[in-house]
Amino acid sequence: MAARILTITSGKGGVGKTTATANLGVALALQGQRVVTVDADIGLRNLDVVMGLENRIVYDLVDVVEGRCRLRQAMIRDKRLSELYLLPAAQTRDKTAVSPEDMVQVTEQLRPEFDYILIDSPAGIEQGFKNAIAPADVILIITTPEVSAVRDADRIIGLIEAEGKESAHLIINRLRPDMVRREDMLATSDVVELLAINLIGIVPEDEYIIISTNRGRPAALDDHSPAGQAFRNIARRIMGEDVPFLTIRESPGLLERLTRLVRSRTKPGG
Amino acid sequence: MSIWDKLWGRRAPTSRQMARERLQLVLVHDRTRISPQLLQTLKNEIIEVISRHVDIDREGVEVTFTQSQRQSRLVADIPLQGGRQKYK
Repeated sequence: MAARILTITSGKGGVGKTTATANLGVALALQGQRVVTVDADIGLRNLDVVMGLENRIVYDLVDVVEGRCRLRQAMIRDKRLSELYLLPAAQTRDKTAVSPEDMVQVTEQLRPEFDYILIDSPAGIEQGFKNAIAPADVILIITTPEVSAVRDADRIIGLIEAEGKESAHLIINRLRPDMVRREDMLATSDVVELLAINLIGIVPEDEYIIISTNRGRPAALDDHSPAGQAFRNIARRIMGEDVPFLTIRESPGLLERLTRLVRSRTKPGG
Repeated sequence: MSIWDKLWGRRAPTSRQMARERLQLVLVHDRTRISPQLLQTLKNEIIEVISRHVDIDREGVEVTFTQSQRQSRLVADIPLQGGRQKYK
């Protein structure tokens, strides 16, 4: 058991890195894998809250790095899945408390004990990001189908290539097929063509994500959440399985075009 | 636009198309760090150099970016004069 280390990053803030890390951790554990999620967002920790483990934190990553505790003491076992663990970030320090070398050291200690190590990167391109990608074997880039997010994702891809990390895969998050059909949102094909890296997952916009964070119970645990299902599919692809993408109808059919046409011609004043 | 144009989806640029086109431009500028100003300078200098040696249609010159995979290319499209024979 020598873990693969995956860093989840994006550049842009708020596109779903922490949600993805939590859900992929759960999804991999549901597949019987031994997983540890690592929160590299020192000073603005959130992986604990999304996983519902916030009241279990005694020690954190900075305590480990600075020698105040053993690595085992800082790791929190998930409430629901016995093979899933969290190494939380510190809340009272900042990203300079840890170096890329520290991150590599800590993850090397974890490697023999796990199948997967998932590192939740902070937003941005500064120290926190550099810390998060230093140990990575594989990098998962999260973007939404919006101009700013895609632009930032592109910058991140450029930085990763410059670091010599070749293995980067794309997750498109918060896709709204209804908006794509109305021609008001970038389609999956647009984003993939622009960024030109391998697509590993498409996650639809899903209200249930908010509910799941409210509860501290990741959506991948729920059978009725489309986003949860998407994360479970991504986990299987990470494990090497060939899972077909859900066919999301992104172009309007003839009936939809006719309906739109009639509607636009009968608008008041139109 | 006729009803038939609307039916078959030909219409003014949609916000999706605008996003795609703007992103294409922005990404190439970000990746190559060639600003719009620098691009204009390149275009002017290319026109100067080429027209020293052959007649060209200056108005028709286009200097643009294309990209395939993550490889960007600067493309200069230069119409040459003298393609049409003028009767003397």
